[in-house]
Amino acid sequence: MRGGSLWQLGQSITRRLALADKKTIARRHFASDAENLKKTALHDFHVANGGKMVPFAGWSMPIQYKDSIMESTLNCRQNGSLFDVSHMCGLSLKGKDCVPFLEKLVIADVAGLAPGTGTLTVFTNENGGSIDDSVITKVKDDHIYLVVNAGCRDKDLAHIEAHMKSFTAKGGDVSWHIHDERSLLALQGPLAAPVLQHLTKDDLSKLYFGEFRILDINGVSCFLTRTGYTGEDGFEISVPSERAVDLAKAILEKSEGKVRLTGLGARDSLRLEAGLCLYGNDMEQHVTPVEAGLTWAIGKRRRAEGGFLGAEKILKQLDEGPPVRRVGFFAGGPPARSHSKVHDEQGNPIGEITSGGFSPCLKKNIAMGYVKSGLHKAGTKVKIEVRGKAYDGNITKMPFVPTKYYKPS
Amino acid sequence: IKDLKYADSHEWVKVDGNSATIGITDHAQDHLGDVVYVELPEVGVTVKQDASFGAVESVKATSDVNSPVSGKVVEVNEELSSSPALVNSSPYEDGWIIKVEMDNAGELKKLMDADQYTKFCEEEDSKH
Repeated sequence: MRGGSLWQLGQSITRRLALADKKTIARRHFASDAENLKKTALHDFHVANGGKMVPFAGWSMPIQYKDSIMESTLNCRQNGSLFDVSHMCGLSLKGKDCVPFLEKLVIADVAGLAPGTGTLTVFTNENGGSIDDSVITKVKDDHIYLVVNAGCRDKDLAHIEAHMKSFTAKGGDVSWHIHDERSLLALQGPLAAPVLQHLTKDDLSKLYFGEFRILDINGVSCFLTRTGYTGEDGFEISVPSERAVDLAKAILEKSEGKVRLTGLGARDSLRLEAGLCLYGNDMEQHVTPVEAGLTWAIGKRRRAEGGFLGAEKILKQLDEGPPVRRVGFFAGGPPARSHSKVHDEQGNPIGEITSGGFSPCLKKNIAMGYVKSGLHKAGTKVKIEVRGKAYDGNITKMPFVPTKYYKPS
Repeated sequence: IKDLKYADSHEWVKVDGNSATIGITDHAQDHLGDVVYVELPEVGVTVKQDASFGAVESVKATSDVNSPVSGKVVEVNEELSSSPALVNSSPYEDGWIIKVEMDNAGELKKLMDADQYTKFCEEEDSKH
């Protein structure tokens, strides 16, 4: 074992025999100097609770606590997990034109969202590629709340700001507020709703997947969205930072220890099992939402009208089919990781893995990646190359673990 | 554990005559996390002191395993193919990785004893 490698715990980067993929490392935005890392309001709370802190997207974040990543993942699905996701960037767009403004930048039918509902969407670029994925919520017609990835914060804010400047120069009414005064907690799993219900008078049984409310939780006004990144039922709670630790403590206490603080390592296992993309791996600047399997997120009206960056290419792909598609894989041997090559049974290259790992719930290797359209059907046998050797695998549908989103029956 | 010798890359070796059993230490498995796969060499290959002969893969990272001694691999722990977690639960016993016929017992002098290794780990941990 190399002593140095024991400390690279924040990265799920496979040692590659021949190819040192510097692009991947650069994209991860790791700060080499620990003192320059940003800290969330819960940083010291994580450390006090056994959190193993690692650099992630310029922040010092817990990769795990005293329990292992596997145990944490299983506990989330059996009981529940509390994640500090304050590194992600929450912002509000306000003004009477905030909806048409945002529609230029994303594929969602923002106008068609009922107040208090949201959706996963993609910020596209002029080539139809993905700048970032994001959960956006229409609070009211003149207020949109959105959360973007930590690793894309600077890029996304620069992009939104540039477009806001030209939009307002033409007389449009939109402004923004970046919620750096708030922290974001994710509470996920079967106990999420029962535990949270103890802390609020609002009837959570009426808040369905994708819906949003501003309400008092633990005596503090919070933004609550029934959403998450694990495939389980759960919530993301935006709380004023000075009350974040109190809220975290209250949630953990109400669960009588069943809901556990959970780190980024398990968060990655959970989202992979749920078949969800990780921007930077499964989605990138050159990957379109159609290729990524997010056609469902392109609003029907948007498919007819376009009017977002890259619409020409995206609508063309909807018409003719995309050249590659995101699929799931099962494979034997070692877990396939990002950039592992995928071949057909005859050894011809047909695609590439973009994320992979061992599924704690299924107890087998799972992965996602892109293959040439036409070869993407579930059941297709493939060979996946890991560290110079080819292992048998097959394409499968996602999610790998059934999702439990709370939807009206 | 007291009679084992240790490499600074966190492998242990147990010597019995000319035979050396090799694995990774408890300190190593603790940092790695849940082991999900062990890449084993084939019986008969040569290994060299300080050179990599295989890998241990956890949920978060893959790490090379280096041999603390030079020689020929005479046995590999096949159990690890179906139960890689043995490396976590029993790093010094059931989680052994390979057995080597040493070609130069003198190489053992380069390794640390238990006390030196413990101190080495403490120093390494305090740097981070």
